[in-house]
Amino acid sequence: MSEAVTQPVPGAPEEKAAGPWREAWTGFRKSKAALFGAAIVLMFVVLAFVGPLIAPEGINEQDMSKRLMAPSAEHWFGTDDFGRDILSRVIHGARISLWVGFFSVIGSVIVGSLLGIIAGYYGRWVDTIISRLFDIMLAFPSILLAIAIVSVLGPSLQNALIAIAVINVPNFGRLIRSKVLSIKQDEYITAAKAIGMKDSRILFSHILPNSMAPVIVQGTLAVATAILEAAALGFLGLGAQAPAPEWGKMLSDARNYLRDAPWTMIFPGLAIMLTVLGFNLMGDGLRDALDPKMKS
Amino acid sequence: MLQYIGKRLLQLIPVLLGMTFIVFMIIRAIPGNPAQVILGQQASPEAVASLEAKLGLDQPWYTQYFDFLAGILTGDLGESLRTRTPVAQEIWPYLAATIELAVFAMIIAVIVGVNAGIISAWFQNSWFDYAAMVVALIGVSMPIFWLGLMEQWIFGIELNMLPTTGREEVRNPVTAITGLYVIDTIIQGRFDQLGEVVRHLILPGIALATIPMAIIARMTRSSMLEVMRSDFVRTARSKGQRMSLVVYKHALKNAIIPVLTVIGLQMGILLGGAILTETIFGWPGIGRYIYDAIGFRDYPVIQSGILVVAFIFVMINLLVDILYSVVDPRIKYD
Repeated sequence: MSEAVTQPVPGAPEEKAAGPWREAWTGFRKSKAALFGAAIVLMFVVLAFVGPLIAPEGINEQDMSKRLMAPSAEHWFGTDDFGRDILSRVIHGARISLWVGFFSVIGSVIVGSLLGIIAGYYGRWVDTIISRLFDIMLAFPSILLAIAIVSVLGPSLQNALIAIAVINVPNFGRLIRSKVLSIKQDEYITAAKAIGMKDSRILFSHILPNSMAPVIVQGTLAVATAILEAAALGFLGLGAQAPAPEWGKMLSDARNYLRDAPWTMIFPGLAIMLTVLGFNLMGDGLRDALDPKMKS
Repeated sequence: MLQYIGKRLLQLIPVLLGMTFIVFMIIRAIPGNPAQVILGQQASPEAVASLEAKLGLDQPWYTQYFDFLAGILTGDLGESLRTRTPVAQEIWPYLAATIELAVFAMIIAVIVGVNAGIISAWFQNSWFDYAAMVVALIGVSMPIFWLGLMEQWIFGIELNMLPTTGREEVRNPVTAITGLYVIDTIIQGRFDQLGEVVRHLILPGIALATIPMAIIARMTRSSMLEVMRSDFVRTARSKGQRMSLVVYKHALKNAIIPVLTVIGLQMGILLGGAILTETIFGWPGIGRYIYDAIGFRDYPVIQSGILVVAFIFVMINLLVDILYSVVDPRIKYD
């Protein structure tokens, strides 16, 4: 993808080689909020990778004598109803939430891009069918559609991921479709057609790379939404199942101990909020840097 | 205008048909034998066969779909497997509870969101602006169910100020007329009950309102900032008009359209968010109705509940589209 974009245009003056990505990075760096967001995201990504190494205890190490203990020097975030260390579980939870966030969005992007490109490039009845399908899917409040899908497939983290990927397909599909429609009119596409280039080559080596900027922006913001949706499904008992340290599931378990042990509820929620905030800030910054027209 | 509405209604038909098809597929897509899954592995073959016949699963799928469509058109939404009552008959009280909660939340979101956005734009780069925008940013990143739990903990348990479950005082139940308790208590002149009903609305209402409030505030701010830079605002100010008049009368009128779009979109999101809020606050609304049905594998209720909410969602979006042309006559529809 990046290869096609960063390749210098033959004949272009060398000194203008600061490509669009470098320019975007310069823009992104200027925004303190965006950098702050990126730092939060980076922190959680690191936690997700090295979590098991730095977490003070295992996720399922139970010790009933330490049940519902308040935050202390020994257990920074306190312990839950099974005497498990909440800090360790929150750290491990990063892995689950980021996994669902990233992979569901990657799924939506792949399927959405494919459908969007086909709809935008071929037009006519293909476009009508695909666009109507998107309209229909968007006619449902998204979490409701996710619940419907999980209620069919059965509650599990994997099915929650599938459901979240499916409900976000139309957002990317529409985005790519509109981008393709505008790029299709550009002269270099006409030129490519004129020299007899195959449709598939035009689609994948010209149109797709040139429609990527808004997808990256939308994708970053979509990870935030996906993490929230996964936590919501987990909270409703439709996502990750016990004893997985999924943040939403941890919150739903904490409901019974609001009076005696509010820390069981505070920290997993804080983790969700911070992660989502990070992706939102980063997405806003990327939007301003990559797509100045979308600036509000 | 009428032509436009007619055209939009026509365009809606394929979407509605598609919606009914997706909802129809919910039972049919269950892996394995749906009737067996609903009844559990211990169920006898006779019971499974009888449920199959009852749900029409023994028919070819197109017959099933047309029966399903015909049912919807005649107001038959199927029968709950759990309560054995027609869904169409038992759904209204739940729906009314959700509507009351969503409208209450929307009122909070619009009043607070629009005003916070206006003041932020008016005093751009002031401490209020920064504070409001930071709060708004946190608001859009907040998991609604976490906010709900925090409210229950702080206002319900620690401060003991507000009720955290249900929509009425259990010992002093409201006699339902419309199902919207605020209206019911006013009609009956039971103002003691009205107070209770409003107290029950506050916590879930705020939880549900937070995300739309944040989004509305951000949109109002950016839209107002744009308008405040325009010539007519400068003219109004140079004539010596009071700032509040300029802001609330001239500028707001011109800044409101994108805000209206957002409000419309948020109304739909409220319906989705209601499921989570209702689960936390024991609010007997449609979200909870669907949620409970999932636990009991009561698929007719899941189907119809989702269909009803999606239908309302589509109708609200249509209404918002139509409202634009009323608010902004410059918008022409072909």
